[in-house]
Amino acid sequence: MLGAQLLVAENAFFYVIAAVMAYGAIRVVTTNNIVHAALYLVVVLAGGAAQYLLLGQEFVAWVQVIVYIGAVIVLFLFGIMLTRAPMKAEEKLTNDLRGAALIPTGLLAAILATLCLDAFSDKTVDLVSPIRTKAVTSAIFRGYLVPFEVVGVLLLGALIGAVVLARRD
Amino acid sequence: MNALFAADPLFNGDGLWGSIFVVVLLKVVIAFVVLLVSVMLYIWGMRKWIADMQNRTGPANAGPFGILQTLADGIKLFFKEQSIPSSADKPIFRLAPYLSILPAFLMFCVIPVGGKINVLGHETYLQVVDLPIGAMFILGCSGIAVYGVMLAGWSSGSKYPLLGSVRASAQMLSYEAAFGLGILSVLMRAGTMSTREIVNQQSWTNTDGILQNLSNFYVVPAALGFVIFIIAAIAETNHPPFDFVEAEQELVGGFVTEYSGIRFAIFFLAEFMNIITMSAVAVTLFLGGPNGPMFMPARFGQSGWVNGTVVPILWFVGKVLLLTFGTVWLRASVPRLRYDQLMAFGWKWLIELAVLWVLVTAGILVLGDRGWNPAAAGVLSFGIAGAAYGLLYLCMPKSGETVEEFR
Repeated sequence: MLGAQLLVAENAFFYVIAAVMAYGAIRVVTTNNIVHAALYLVVVLAGGAAQYLLLGQEFVAWVQVIVYIGAVIVLFLFGIMLTRAPMKAEEKLTNDLRGAALIPTGLLAAILATLCLDAFSDKTVDLVSPIRTKAVTSAIFRGYLVPFEVVGVLLLGALIGAVVLARRD
Repeated sequence: MNALFAADPLFNGDGLWGSIFVVVLLKVVIAFVVLLVSVMLYIWGMRKWIADMQNRTGPANAGPFGILQTLADGIKLFFKEQSIPSSADKPIFRLAPYLSILPAFLMFCVIPVGGKINVLGHETYLQVVDLPIGAMFILGCSGIAVYGVMLAGWSSGSKYPLLGSVRASAQMLSYEAAFGLGILSVLMRAGTMSTREIVNQQSWTNTDGILQNLSNFYVVPAALGFVIFIIAAIAETNHPPFDFVEAEQELVGGFVTEYSGIRFAIFFLAEFMNIITMSAVAVTLFLGGPNGPMFMPARFGQSGWVNGTVVPILWFVGKVLLLTFGTVWLRASVPRLRYDQLMAFGWKWLIELAVLWVLVTAGILVLGDRGWNPAAAGVLSFGIAGAAYGLLYLCMPKSGETVEEFR
């Protein structure tokens, strides 16, 4: 079963990228250097973008690159460098709560896996005709316009809240 | 999977194997070599042009007119000893130069350089890859260009590089928004994100007059978008007058202070490659890419090897040369801004102007769809947007009131 699946190039690439992503995700939490952790997170997010490409979701893939790799992680790094810019590994980043952390991690993994299997296990991906940007934008601006605007207002609220919290004068 | 690479006739058949793979490899290698050589020539030309503007000779000894000067510099830097500071983060210190050169090259991959050609029996575009989402690819590449500068400064493990890189990344982040909005003003008109289709829409028809053909280029309907894009692109590439990364009187050498040898050279290669790539992007989006008047179509035909292959490439190269000459002119004549001026300009003027222009473009396009006269639609959109901005301006504190907040 698995052998036959691997003969499809997309499936083989899926497992390779997934392995890289898993390694990166583990290194994010095990490394003692906070900048290295951010860079391993870049590996994970780039892997996610590659998986989207494999699924034919080019728009989502590049949004992932622009928003997460190009903006979110850059702002992480920017914040780290503006505040302390630690060069050395920090011992206090690691503590003895590994066992306790295992419980929520396991729970989260179980919930996500169940949800994904429940929602998508019978779906197939049409590899011949990928989802074009036009289809995505039509869906957003026709079918889901109100949720889209609500998310926009939510982000605006977060922005104003950040300004209020940061400036107390 | 092939459909992701879209319209290139190369992928019409099945698979990526055999001679198709060879063609793809060939295109990648040729693009890389051409880009490297053009960077070499650009550095030489820049030094010559600036020398002319300053009444000097410039490089004159290596080769005719000193044209091999950059090559000599490169060879020298290649054989120089490379030192890594003991406090550096070594793997990232080694990685950073490549992170800064990668986006510059990747961005060039989606630029259409010319029309179709036949290689090894396959018809293909003169363009490494024609992504249906090319404009977003360009945005993504300019987004990851920050990593090289940022990590170089941090991993050097000393103060001046860190300060330089924090400053530079703040600058690149600030101008990213205006950069994206400048591109957006073209995408709204084009209705597509494929660079090849954007170029095709700015076509040049032989039977039309020159003015009519020129107004096909998006630089005319999206004039303000072009200005915003150029300013933001200059700031994104850390080119003078926005070259704060290497403000040597303030920061020693900025983020490259601790770099030496070939790694230092790669940073500068990336910087100049970025200038060429950004010029190519501007040519593609605003100046019609390889489109232009044909050379004697009566004699050579419309689509022979002359007017089908050579002339478009010449037009593309000529337009890119024009823009790169503009950057050299800027470098020679405009002094560096102050850092607070840069930030104030980016956040208080450029981004506002870019948002205004996007809104006005949307107004013109929507009203145009309803059959309005473009001029009336433009005046109305500008009027409403201007009134909104005037109201916003009335709500803001004036500069005299809160001077200390403006730093």
